[in-house]
Amino acid sequence: MSEHDPSEEILRLQGLRKSYNVGKPTEVEVLHGLDLRLQRRDFAALVGASGSGKSTLLNVIGLLDWPTAGELFLLGEPTRNMDDARRTALRGSAIGFVFQFHHLIQAFTALENVLMPLMVATGKPTREQIEHARSLLAQVGLEGLDQRKPDQLSGGQQQRVAVARALVTSPALLLADEPTGNLDTKSAAEVFQLFRKFNRESGCAVLLVTHDPRLSGQCDRMIELVDGNIESDDATG
Amino acid sequence: MWIEWTIATKFLREGKTQSTLILVGIAVGVAVIVFLTALITGLQVNIINRTLGTQAHIKVQPTEERNRILPSASGSAHLLLESKRAQRLRSINNWQQVRDVLDTLPRVTAVSPLISGPAFARRGEALQSVALVGIDAPRYLRIIPIQDDIVAGVFRIGAGDTVIGKQLATDLGMHVGDKLRLDGGQGRESVVNVAGIFELGVRELDARYVYLDMKQAQSLLDLPGAATIIDVTVDDIFAAQAVATRIARLTGLKAESWMETNAQLMNALRSQNLSTRMISVFVALSVALGIASVLSVSVVQRTREIGILRAMGTTRRQMLGVFLIQGALFGLAGSLLGAAAGYGLVAGFNTFGPKLFYIPVDPWLPVAAMALAAVTGILSAAVPARRAASLDPVEAIRHV
Repeated sequence: MSEHDPSEEILRLQGLRKSYNVGKPTEVEVLHGLDLRLQRRDFAALVGASGSGKSTLLNVIGLLDWPTAGELFLLGEPTRNMDDARRTALRGSAIGFVFQFHHLIQAFTALENVLMPLMVATGKPTREQIEHARSLLAQVGLEGLDQRKPDQLSGGQQQRVAVARALVTSPALLLADEPTGNLDTKSAAEVFQLFRKFNRESGCAVLLVTHDPRLSGQCDRMIELVDGNIESDDATG
Repeated sequence: MWIEWTIATKFLREGKTQSTLILVGIAVGVAVIVFLTALITGLQVNIINRTLGTQAHIKVQPTEERNRILPSASGSAHLLLESKRAQRLRSINNWQQVRDVLDTLPRVTAVSPLISGPAFARRGEALQSVALVGIDAPRYLRIIPIQDDIVAGVFRIGAGDTVIGKQLATDLGMHVGDKLRLDGGQGRESVVNVAGIFELGVRELDARYVYLDMKQAQSLLDLPGAATIIDVTVDDIFAAQAVATRIARLTGLKAESWMETNAQLMNALRSQNLSTRMISVFVALSVALGIASVLSVSVVQRTREIGILRAMGTTRRQMLGVFLIQGALFGLAGSLLGAAAGYGLVAGFNTFGPKLFYIPVDPWLPVAAMALAAVTGILSAAVPARRAASLDPVEAIRHV
């Protein structure tokens, strides 16, 4: 893992600041000038107390929210001045999301949910895309459950569908916001192992927000956020 | 477009109760509009047909005779006491040329010069005042197809034959083949053979009209070679006024459309049209508001899913499309049901109703209704769709 090879760089934050209610008396800065770099194959945990700015940071990194100042490079591209359409396209192709509450679309089957990022980008899925989605579902242990609607799946199964959905575009960066917060210990461990597996196999960078010290301890790197500042950024054993 | 369509239809199918309720609401609205429009159109067509079945769309006549007043010498004032001139029966000057000109006018479908004037019909001691109508039969029949209304004998005029109305025949006790004595005044008399009896269903006409050959009428009325009226029909009855104005300008004659001669009827038709349109507009408005409110609720309900879709790379434009498609689908499907229901009502009215008149089925009405409903659907979806498109994905995902 070469520390400064630009071709290996996935994400770079430069003096990134985020304020809410800008220009109003209630203006409050949540992130105070963060610098951070994620490389290919990085598997990092983002930890911190409630209100430390973890979710805000994840949303900004995921191009769901705009930084107030500073710059965010994704795959080497500066993103702050991109228009919404380009950000959306980049988000769709380069980033995979897994949320705490699995967030599947109830009206679609498991397979269709997995295909969704491809379908919104390119329309009707091709045979290869469908096969790819099927194999992803099989890899997360949901073989044969393709046609189930989300409400016919258990919480752990739904979260695994969400993981497969996040991976279907082969994203360079996988963002997970407490992906196991809602699951029992066994399911949580399984989902975590899935992240691990894809991180190893595809080389995508993983940034995982978690409260669970058992999970963060298993990551390669632990970034601790305290009151909107990066307090520590260490490799873990 | 495929993904917008897919998401839109899946969402609609998922919210079945909601979708069904609003569909029924739209269908009822469209059914009311379709039925009401068909009913009023049918009624009006019926009234107009009955009115115009026995009259030309435009009557061209000589201008009225006026007193000519000498211009006053400068510096002097005239005090005038004028009594209007009596209007003699007069021929249209150069009516043959006028007829030929009218034949070439656009929109004009038939032109029939005729001579019409008063006379007495006599049989024995009985005397009836009648209107002599001297016609050029082939041309006249294209305007008023009397041959269809013959109740006895045949339609044949000329060579001393005449066709009279049923009421006149009854009043004078005449049958086909009887002789009728016509008196044009000032000793001009002739005896004609009743070849046919017609019944137009308008008492005034059935009691007074005596159809003759033009020549015979001309001699009875002492206007040799004359035509006093030129009847004109046009392809679109509502264009009659415009064509009449044009004819008047072109020929310098007086041209009156059926709209002028039936001003009361026109007024009634217009008010009817206006009230129908008002009802349609308000029904359409409530349908549109119904669609808008259902979609607004749907946007709120789906806030989180919209956020997820946005996070998955769905663009604002696609999000907008999803809800616009839903609006269009509501409009289309609802109006399809509504048009079917409206036609059911029309068919029911035609079959089981009072049968005073028949409501014709205009095949374009449902097409127009559906197109309009789809547009209404899209327009009423615009506000909720814009809201969906502008939802902040961060907020939307947090929404539970």
